[in-house]
Amino acid sequence: MIVVKYFGVIAEHTNSTEEQIGLSELSLPDCVAALMKKYSFEDVQFSIALNQNLIDKSSDIVLRANDELAFLPPFAGG
Amino acid sequence: MIMERYKKQIQLSQVGISGQEELEKAKVLIVGAGGLGCAALPYLVASGVGTVGIIDGDTVEMSNLHRQVLYSENDIGRYKVKAAKAHLQAMNTTVTIQDYAYFLSAENALALFASYDCIVDATDSIALRYLINDACVLTNKPFVYGSIYKFEGQVSVFNYKNGPTYRCLFDKNETKTPNCDALGVLGTTVGFIGMLQANEALKVILNIGDLLSGTLLIYDMLNHRQNKIQFTKNEQLVIDDAFYKAAHLKTRIHETTFDEARTKKTIFLDVREFDTQPVIKLSNSIQIPLSILEQKLDELNKNQHYTIFCQRGKRSLKAIEILRNNMFNHLANVTNGVASFKSHFKDEIHIY
Repeated sequence: MIVVKYFGVIAEHTNSTEEQIGLSELSLPDCVAALMKKYSFEDVQFSIALNQNLIDKSSDIVLRANDELAFLPPFAGG
Repeated sequence: MIMERYKKQIQLSQVGISGQEELEKAKVLIVGAGGLGCAALPYLVASGVGTVGIIDGDTVEMSNLHRQVLYSENDIGRYKVKAAKAHLQAMNTTVTIQDYAYFLSAENALALFASYDCIVDATDSIALRYLINDACVLTNKPFVYGSIYKFEGQVSVFNYKNGPTYRCLFDKNETKTPNCDALGVLGTTVGFIGMLQANEALKVILNIGDLLSGTLLIYDMLNHRQNKIQFTKNEQLVIDDAFYKAAHLKTRIHETTFDEARTKKTIFLDVREFDTQPVIKLSNSIQIPLSILEQKLDELNKNQHYTIFCQRGKRSLKAIEILRNNMFNHLANVTNGVASFKSHFKDEIHIY
């Protein structure tokens, strides 16, 4: 299981701020692409954090159990 | 009298008399006098920050009052910076408040930032945040960032002692995220985030505590979920004068005439809708209506020179803006469009 956190406009697409997903040996880019497609937020700009550290979303990293992934769109308001 | 006024903060060992003197010497610029600015400003002024600048070209509207708590009903229609200054100066007559009743731009940012020590971003636009970021890098100023999405807020401190910047967090400007006016927001959300920004600005000046440099704080006001994300400096990205110029200081659009353009190596790009009369077909022309231009950019070549035209020369300017934002730089606009040339090229322009 990994924990995925959603923020801002992305949390509106997913209709939740956090979920656990069961997966094994999935690469980061594949996981990001699958969630983007599932919740249709392909048009939203975002950065990705893995275990509270920002990383390049194209990094060829294999996600492991208990990893925490966060989808971070920039906010505009003020 | 100064001692009496500030004694409760001077009493803190992290502030003391020397800290109060630092505050008095400090110059802080707040960009934007909206919800975030209205929250941050009174605390900066009350704490004795010596010079507080406020830049905003907006005027107070009725729909601002629920969250922009420096303004009262009598202020509707006034420049926000003027109303804010009047209110803040009454709070503390010992500090200098500079008001700039215009919007921050690529042309005025560098000179303005140069005369301040710390820049607080209280805007509601992502494009402006990139401008503030790059101007802070060039002028070597810390950039206290705050932003809102409905009930969530983000806070960070960028470019602190050459640390990570907004571009290290969000690498490029490709978003159309709406602002508070478009989305709706509670006054307390902007108030809370603006106050966190004021708190970070005070810590920068006093050189105390742990700043949110290299850390993005995300706070959800609905459930008090708080997340901190660490990020590092992107050393590959160099923000220098040339970068600033290319990103923010767009050169004037090259205006041309049909006669002049015909003598050049160019492709005419007709951005009128498909059913617009007269239909114009030239050997070196293509037609992509403005309404679908953004989806069809891959049909164009960034190294090619294009001469853009429409019926009267207005839509073509919008097309040029879209193309420039997508890194097309070899462009010319036919002044006044088809109206200017259809009469004298009858043999080449086929009118159906």
